Amino acid sequence: MSATATKKAGFGSVLWDYLTTVDHKKIAILYLIGGFFFFILGGLEAMLVRIQLIQPDNNFVSAQFYNELITMHGTTMIFLAAMPLLLALMNIAMPLQIGARDVAFPFVNALGFWLFLIGGIVLNISWFTGGAPDAGWTAYTPLSIFSEGHGLDYYSIGLQIAGFGTLMGGINFLVTVITMRAPGMTMMRMPLFSWTTFIASVLILFAFPALTVGLFLLTFDRLFGANFFDPSMGGNVVIWEHLFWIFGHPEVYILILPAFGVFSEVIPTFSKKRLFGYSSMVFATVLIAFLGFMVWAHHMFTVGLGPIANSIFAIATMAIAVPTGIKIFNWLFTMWGGTLRFTSPMLFALGFIPSFTIGGMTGVMLGAAAADFQYHDTYFVIAHFHYVIVGGTVFGIFAGLIYWWPKMFGKVLNEKMNHWFFWLFFIGFHLTFFLQHFLGLMGMPRRYWVFLEGQGLDLFNFISTIGAFFMAAGTILFMYNIVWTAMKEPKASGDPWDGRTLEWAVSSPPPHYNFKQLPLVRGLDPLWIEKTEGNGKMQPAEPLGDIHMPNNTIIPLIMSIGLGIAGMGIIYQVDNPMWWIVAVIGFIIFFGSMAVRSLKDDLGHHIHKEDLEKEGDGSNG
Amino acid sequence: MVDQNYSTNQTEKDLFYKEKKKEEMKHQVVTFAMMIIFTLIAFGIVMADVSKMFTIPIIIVLAIVQVGFQFFYFMHMSNEGHTWPVTMIFSGIFAAFLTVLALTTIVWWG
Repeated sequence: MSATATKKAGFGSVLWDYLTTVDHKKIAILYLIGGFFFFILGGLEAMLVRIQLIQPDNNFVSAQFYNELITMHGTTMIFLAAMPLLLALMNIAMPLQIGARDVAFPFVNALGFWLFLIGGIVLNISWFTGGAPDAGWTAYTPLSIFSEGHGLDYYSIGLQIAGFGTLMGGINFLVTVITMRAPGMTMMRMPLFSWTTFIASVLILFAFPALTVGLFLLTFDRLFGANFFDPSMGGNVVIWEHLFWIFGHPEVYILILPAFGVFSEVIPTFSKKRLFGYSSMVFATVLIAFLGFMVWAHHMFTVGLGPIANSIFAIATMAIAVPTGIKIFNWLFTMWGGTLRFTSPMLFALGFIPSFTIGGMTGVMLGAAAADFQYHDTYFVIAHFHYVIVGGTVFGIFAGLIYWWPKMFGKVLNEKMNHWFFWLFFIGFHLTFFLQHFLGLMGMPRRYWVFLEGQGLDLFNFISTIGAFFMAAGTILFMYNIVWTAMKEPKASGDPWDGRTLEWAVSSPPPHYNFKQLPLVRGLDPLWIEKTEGNGKMQPAEPLGDIHMPNNTIIPLIMSIGLGIAGMGIIYQVDNPMWWIVAVIGFIIFFGSMAVRSLKDDLGHHIHKEDLEKEGDGSNG
Repeated sequence: MVDQNYSTNQTEKDLFYKEKKKEEMKHQVVTFAMMIIFTLIAFGIVMADVSKMFTIPIIIVLAIVQVGFQFFYFMHMSNEGHTWPVTMIFSGIFAAFLTVLALTTIVWWG
């Protein structure tokens, strides 16, 4: 399959190519499309929430629909938007950065994506079948046990399927980083984005099982008559909160660490300096991951764990501010004395530093257990986590998308429009969420459908809603830019940003085998070393030879669809046992495709040396 | 001459590996025997019907030692090139231990 053949292919064959792909670069594009779709969906839900709150006693949506909106906004944004978009960045950049030809398990990579997509679709089918989940994105028991209809069943089954996908993605990246680094790429020469991908994958591996267990218990309580969370039968409602947050707190570090990684790539590139304090950055990342497992109960200070437990978790929480502070100062020192270029990824990085620092500061405030009794379940909490998730993760995602866009699509997004996008989004973000700190301190509780007139909450809520429209306008501009760039912008070179790491040593987009010959890595920022001390091109570490690549396969998609069908059957079998037939059919498809995959040898194909020689030198043009 | 050198080297190498294999086999047999003994002890304590406060900790300790044997001798985790699996297994054990410890202390005892 040469480049010319794909160029002339019709729509049908391109679609088939993407449905069957196991190439990490194409899976990155799939993750981007899936994640961005759910980002828009979650954004629409947020807009409806903000319109409802634009004035006191508003009647824009009903109370029940409002509950569904806030639940689905949170669930969608965390599981179906932020994580897949980060996985898109990891998929496009990490294998290239460590000098690998693909991830360790390309089949599992594809399976991970399709499971996420099917899980997300199952969850969102609930909108059309009598009501979405309505117990908040945390689905606290006993509310989630007694919630009527099938909303919470969709929540547990949908997230379970999507969670399988994420877990597989995490294990895949772990193995890739450990086993597939190019010659000379030691762990301590790895770019920081690859490091944060690695550490985030460790967190996925250890944190997601807690969610899996929690969701299983919830599923069995709701659908199969178990009583794990029913105190009258010897169950315990608080167990859910523990399981959820044992997963949930590492989850927020899964979201933020890759964003830290993006900024650690963007800031050195556009400061023309190597990252300040590389080893302390690695250390801080590992330390954040380590501490991240010991702080989950700070979400539960008001549950009544007692003063000793509260103090332990409060101190552990505040300790996390130390490694995070190390990172903030390292970024500042990287810029110090550098030759700064204010490109749009750099603007997002610059906007991130103060925004995230504010979020971190309110985080320490919330971490003080005694004070938390005042802040708990108010808009102060909402403001805090939007400052860290939007100001950290979303800014990181946009910085990364714009930065690696040429690697994905071969074109640099229009810079002028991206500057407008940044300013609209940045101003809108602060307008929306800054005042929510004060709304919270004034006593406005979260998750309430309406607020009353004459309590001093009107003006700030109004301004907050206006800010949300700014963010929406920015996002629409970004989407327009995507289309405009695809049609009007010229093709980008392999290295449009004057980059420092290996991904910029290949063409944009890279050939599907990535590196014709695996590169020899001589230190941190390998391409920069070759630019300053060599001839600007990576030296090969191996003679030109046949390249072994995996074959495309449709099995991951069929497998995921099977699991989705089985999930639907499980959800509805409580109404009518006939639904078991659907569930069984789904499981037959699921295990059948597993059997086909296991029994049929698929040894992949070779790209021959002679064909590689014909295709030019493959380095940046 | 060259061939001769090569062959002496080869025999030395073979000897070395033979010795190493013998050593490894000895370890395997010893640990296997010890695991059987441990299992017998565990069953013995339960059958002897001594106090629970004595039985439970002993069984748990024996189990942990057996898991260690399993990892290091039968799954060759002590051999070279197993640093990453060892690190990951221990971090996993650490995370699980921490979780169980915290849950038991603050949910059931607290």
